[in-house]
Amino acid sequence: MSAVSEQQATTPTEPRKGLSPRKKQRISRSVQYAVLLVIVVVLAALADWGAIRESFLNLDVAGKGLPELFTVALRNTVIYTLSGFALGFVVGLVLALMRLSTVAPYRWISAIYIEIFRGLPILLIFLMIGSLPLAFPGFELPGGVYGSAALGLGVVSAAYMAENFRAGIQAVPKGQMEAARSLGMPHMRAMVSIVIPQAIRIVLPPLTNQLVSLLKDSSLVLMLGVTASQVELAKFGNDQSSTFANPTPILATGLTYLLITIPLGYVARRLEARQGAGR
Amino acid sequence: MSTVEIRNLHKSFGKLEVLKGIDFTVESGQVVCVIGPSGSGKSTLLRCVNLLEQPTSGTVVVDGIDLTDPDADIDAARRHIGMVFQQFNLFPHLTVRRNVTIAQERVLKRSKGECDHVARENLEKVGLIDKIAAYPPQLSGGQQQRVAIARALAMNPSLMLFDEPTSALDPELVGDVLSVMRKLAEDGMTMLVVTHEMGFAREVADRVVFMDGGVIVEDGPPEQVIADPQHERTREFLSRVLHPGV
Repeated sequence: MSAVSEQQATTPTEPRKGLSPRKKQRISRSVQYAVLLVIVVVLAALADWGAIRESFLNLDVAGKGLPELFTVALRNTVIYTLSGFALGFVVGLVLALMRLSTVAPYRWISAIYIEIFRGLPILLIFLMIGSLPLAFPGFELPGGVYGSAALGLGVVSAAYMAENFRAGIQAVPKGQMEAARSLGMPHMRAMVSIVIPQAIRIVLPPLTNQLVSLLKDSSLVLMLGVTASQVELAKFGNDQSSTFANPTPILATGLTYLLITIPLGYVARRLEARQGAGR
Repeated sequence: MSTVEIRNLHKSFGKLEVLKGIDFTVESGQVVCVIGPSGSGKSTLLRCVNLLEQPTSGTVVVDGIDLTDPDADIDAARRHIGMVFQQFNLFPHLTVRRNVTIAQERVLKRSKGECDHVARENLEKVGLIDKIAAYPPQLSGGQQQRVAIARALAMNPSLMLFDEPTSALDPELVGDVLSVMRKLAEDGMTMLVVTHEMGFAREVADRVVFMDGGVIVEDGPPEQVIADPQHERTREFLSRVLHPGV
């Protein structure tokens, strides 16, 4: 059938020069496979497999990190992340409401806050938090390192979440607020009972992604100077690898991060897909 | 006593003047239908009655309370003014039961038991008691609009506003909503209805108001305004609505 149609297509016009598009495509694909194969073979030949097994997949060294890898490091990472997320969630929601306020100064304050904290690296925020006692002598954050970590991660994620919440609130149809007001609900009551619950549903996917990036950023807590019991995943891996002069623990902590980030990413995509189908 | 008294009402959106001096009243127990071409200001007029739109000037008095008075408690006044929207505006994240109870509980501070009792009573009235556990997106448009009516009635309003309640519905679903509204009218509810349903206006309304260009052109009983209009503009509109395509 293809031979016939090809003939019909070519005979009336000038004879085809060179290769047909389909043949070109086949050759191009073969070249791509060949390049990939060459790269893999070269890398495999260059690598020192014995050393890799010894340095990166050393089960003896990996075993020495257990169970602290999970009971201390992962636990602290989760605590830093969740406390920062909780603070960011609350402050972000307040900032979003301020951003949409009819009181102009509230809008300005919120806009300035968002611009500043989205524009600064978290690393720098942690360094500044460490210097806070210089500005306020005798001042100490409740919770020590845990409080400082929650504050640092919270103030930054609040800026991002504020933008998410603002978009979510604006995506709730205007008729929802009108219906609530027509039933006699004051503006704030209608916001809390009717608009915000729908807005949170809308921003669940970006919020989940926010949680993932916060989990990764929690590695910067090491800038606060933590003790052995306050250590989180990245520093734990680094410390262990220096102790045993072997990079296997870094690989192990990497896998531990992925254990959480990959399922969370999957959840975010599922939520997104469900929302797309619901519309 | 008049339930609604509107005096010299003006409403502008920026430079666009939508209402150009409206005077009219709705007596207690009356059903008034507002008809007119799109853009004539009829929905804006309705939305001024519960102050979803802030009038530019003029007074709106409902149940003896001047809502345009800056000291008036608008939230309190709205509790007694039910409103039904063209797009239903049910709360999609809440069940039918919660849609009908949430304002009773949060605004009227009724007990859980009483909220539930009132919700069941009104859902029965609109024929949807079997949908009490459903979520709005699971219902047809006609069912959603009847739940919206039940939600408004649960607040025991003295006045019901309907903003083109059947315009967003498939034709076969219009009848159910209109029959609920007809029953409501028979029970003596004061109703102000913006509608394109001429049959409903003719049968149920005590008065029909024809609006065009931001003013009331004609106001009278349906047998006059619909059957024997006095103004050229009314005649033109009605001939277009009643004999479309001619």
